[in-house]
Amino acid sequence: MPDAVLLLALVGLPFAAAITAGLLPIGARDLASGLAGAVALIGLALVWTAYPTVSEGGVLRAELAWMPGLGLNLVLRMDGFAWLFAGMVSGIGALVVLYARYYMSADDPVPRFFAFLLAFMGSMTGVVISGNLIQLAFFWELTSLFSFLLIGYWHHTAAARDGARMALTVTAAGGLALFGGILVLGHIVGSYDLDIVLAAGDRIREHPLYLPALLLVVLGALTKSAQFPFHFWLPHAMAAPTPVSAYLHSATLVKAGVFLLARLWPVMAGTDAWTWTVGLAGLITLLIGAYIAIFQNDLKGLLAYSTISHLGLITLLLGLKSELALVAAVFHIINHAAFKCSLFMAAGIIDHETGTRDIRRLSGLNQTMPFTARLAMVAAAAMAGVPLLNGFISKEMFFAEALSATVPVSPLLNILPLAAMLASAFSVVYSLRFIHGAFFGPVPKDLPRTPHEPASWMRFPVEILVLTCIMVGLLPAATVGPYLAVAVRSVLGDDVPYYSLAVWHGFNLPLLMSLIALAGGVAIYLLLQRRLSGMEGPPLLRRLEGQRIFERVMVFLSWRLARRLEGVIGTRRLQPQLRLIVGIAILAGAATAWLRGFGPGNLLPSPVDPVLALVWTVGAACALGAAWLAKFHRLAALILVGGVGLVVCVTFVWFSAPDLALTQLTVEVVTTVLLLLGLRWLPKRVQIPGERGPEVLTRTRRLRDLALAIGSGAGLAALSFAVMTRTPPELLAQHFLERAYTEGGGTNAVNVILVDFRGFDTLGEIFVVAAVALTTYALLRRFRPAPDSVELPEQQRDQAAEAAAAGHGEAGRVADWLLVPFTLTRLLFPVMLIVAVFLLLRGHDLPGGGFSAGMVVAIAIILQYMIGGTDWTEDRLRLRPQLWVGTGLLVASGTGLAAWLFGRPFMTSYFAYAELPVIGKVPTASALIFDIGVFALVVGATLLMLIALAHQSVRGHRASPRRAAASAGDD
Amino acid sequence: MELVVAIGIGVLTGSGVWLLLRPRTFQVIIGLALLSYAANLFIFSTGGLRSGAAAILEPGEAGTLARYTDPLPQALVLTAIVIGFATTALLLVVLLAARGLTGTDHVDGRERER
Repeated sequence: MPDAVLLLALVGLPFAAAITAGLLPIGARDLASGLAGAVALIGLALVWTAYPTVSEGGVLRAELAWMPGLGLNLVLRMDGFAWLFAGMVSGIGALVVLYARYYMSADDPVPRFFAFLLAFMGSMTGVVISGNLIQLAFFWELTSLFSFLLIGYWHHTAAARDGARMALTVTAAGGLALFGGILVLGHIVGSYDLDIVLAAGDRIREHPLYLPALLLVVLGALTKSAQFPFHFWLPHAMAAPTPVSAYLHSATLVKAGVFLLARLWPVMAGTDAWTWTVGLAGLITLLIGAYIAIFQNDLKGLLAYSTISHLGLITLLLGLKSELALVAAVFHIINHAAFKCSLFMAAGIIDHETGTRDIRRLSGLNQTMPFTARLAMVAAAAMAGVPLLNGFISKEMFFAEALSATVPVSPLLNILPLAAMLASAFSVVYSLRFIHGAFFGPVPKDLPRTPHEPASWMRFPVEILVLTCIMVGLLPAATVGPYLAVAVRSVLGDDVPYYSLAVWHGFNLPLLMSLIALAGGVAIYLLLQRRLSGMEGPPLLRRLEGQRIFERVMVFLSWRLARRLEGVIGTRRLQPQLRLIVGIAILAGAATAWLRGFGPGNLLPSPVDPVLALVWTVGAACALGAAWLAKFHRLAALILVGGVGLVVCVTFVWFSAPDLALTQLTVEVVTTVLLLLGLRWLPKRVQIPGERGPEVLTRTRRLRDLALAIGSGAGLAALSFAVMTRTPPELLAQHFLERAYTEGGGTNAVNVILVDFRGFDTLGEIFVVAAVALTTYALLRRFRPAPDSVELPEQQRDQAAEAAAAGHGEAGRVADWLLVPFTLTRLLFPVMLIVAVFLLLRGHDLPGGGFSAGMVVAIAIILQYMIGGTDWTEDRLRLRPQLWVGTGLLVASGTGLAAWLFGRPFMTSYFAYAELPVIGKVPTASALIFDIGVFALVVGATLLMLIALAHQSVRGHRASPRRAAASAGDD
Repeated sequence: MELVVAIGIGVLTGSGVWLLLRPRTFQVIIGLALLSYAANLFIFSTGGLRSGAAAILEPGEAGTLARYTDPLPQALVLTAIVIGFATTALLLVVLLAARGLTGTDHVDGRERER
């Protein structure tokens, strides 16, 4: 089988199966577990077929182009070390699936469980066979995510939710640190490819950024492997179903941290900084974990702390500057997986069959479940390091390393063997406690369930694992030897030291240490036995609860600090925020001008034309007037803004931009009508009688705003003057001008840019306009005016009264007073429509186009509304703005998509000139169809907004109920 | 001529910013309208102010900047005008709805405490 297929299948199959399992019906326990088991076994078989290659020192490699421009490819890479881990992930995965089939209750949504488990399997495989560090970080975070989902599987319990959240927070934060470290590593090496990184050891260690990279990577590894001070999440993760604990929290997930440390060992280890961070964390964790484990009353809690301690041992070994220590670490990774996984399964069986995991309630299970008891005893003995079992051999290697370790500071050197012995004695104590507490003593009474042996298939995985423990313990060189050698060689290359896997090395110091630890452990247990069950938590370290610290930090960060910061720097008031924005904008502009120099450009300003100067005098007066009157007289301010708009329009004409002038003019009309419609719903200005001039505070505030206004105005004036007196950059303009006709087929370059060159932008823009129109429509459907705006305005009431007096019917229409404009408007309607069509069709070559044409149609219709009245118009015109909006979007996007039919990229346009009878030569670019889409959308959107607002004036209103009562008090 | 337009842009910006910082919603709408005129004119002016330059190409000919105006700022401003209209409409409706819900046309949804 080609490498690429094998590796891709290894990672891809679990994810595909996860999706399949997730789609299974909720009760399909057998189907889901069968699927998961098959995938795990296929994975194991795939791993096995890779053995011939990796056993000869070969590397399987598959590379898929991903972002080659950035040097990022999807690289899957399996060497001996990755092979070992992939084998453990699949092999133990298969056992756990079998176990979980019997452990999980049929009442639980089991397919979901297996979906998560499979996805985790895929992610973990992804971590170990990633050949690219960024990809590794990605799978790393995926394992955190699926671990979160698995711990929180029983999400109806608070413990599961809290445990899941804590595990995710800690490991994902660590993952973020790891990602940072990887980016630094990639920066140092110049590549994220694992092979290249592994070949650059010296460069990495000598680089000034080595320490930050090291700290970040180690942070990621320590959080994942539950090392002190991040160990606290693991005991809380025991809220997960036991198969999850057996799989994730003993054999795979928590091993990802030590996997990474071992993976990067050749390039990052060997420095004092490495030994200090990794070694010290490992040493502390080894001791603290073992110590706390003694005082756990929950079987799984005991195993969790024991796992923390054993991971500490592995981390410590990796922290030492010795190749032999690395061999011991890898060996212990395998051994720990075997005995801890089986112990978790045994604890799960006890929980499953008795209904409790509390050591204080359990006893004498040896009599009711003898098989399970024997299996658990062997596994626990392996954990304690009893000779002839696998744990013993790796512990011996650990002792030998502790004795010969070269660590930076001599005191540490001396305490290392002692610490090793102490931790080993502790492990004997908690192993004894597990076995003695659960299996010996009187037959238990009042357990939630009557204990009995589990289904034999549920015990089968435990049997396999315990058999492994025994076989490796008896015949290490014959069983695990070759695989260990393959794994170690792929990490260390040619530097593999001589090591001997044998049970008997003669009577030496490590053996003596082992015996002392065993004897000491038994003695401690005998001393403590009676008092242990009465204790809540470990003495001395009771206050060291990482969980409480974690919660306190979380509360501080997410609540107290956030509140305090909000109190200091936040405000919910708009004006200070806007003031800040304007102030910062002025400062940024001023700072740039000051730093980069500022002055008039190279061009001489053209002479002032008195006409334009006059126009702008009017424009400036209108702007200032609007600014002044917006408070006192809204209508006047609105009219003045219209004046400014006209001046802007004239300016566009003056400086050769007919398209802009046309659009500005039409938009101006529509905007004014829109704002006029809104005026009715705004409150009247209330003059408080007897009020004198504004207070001092208000006056200073206004002065400040005036300064800001003058500052920004002067700044932008100076900036625009400086821009206008410089030669404009020509690159883009030239590009568009040259191609507008030759490639876009239109002589109106502005329009060609809009509908052709930058058609995608325009498409985005019309989608925005459509969204805005629908939003305004939706907002207005539930519009509740303020209580004082509900009644008809004074003017309308007067008008209605007069109309009634003159006998013009009830309401009285504008048409009755303004007969001439009314008639003219009706006559103008078809004319305006023709103008619009004209503008639309000629848009490609002459000023016009979809936007202005659409606006003209909207104006034509809105004029009918204004003069004829809403009812009169709607009796005669059936408008459906939503349909226009939808059609416009469809036509515009369809034109873009049509290019695909011709095998061209999205939005490619086509043009030709067609000869139509009567009308003559008409440009039929596909861009014209696009422009028709724009046209329809503009018509629809504008009408939708205007009509929705206009309808508010004719429909009956109830005042906003909540405020109706409140404002009664206000007034 | 450049001076006239520059001063015009400055006056529009100043009036717009002043209104933007006022407490009443209508003032803010008018302020944004004035500001968007100023911004549009500014973007337009980056192409250089040229009166009497041709805006429409001769058919069959590749245009040059020497004879024609710069179409790019114009295209940008054209979209800006339409989007400006849409956002003004949205702002107006949001402010009207807010006024209906809160009973005040103060930008914060409640009157300042005196």
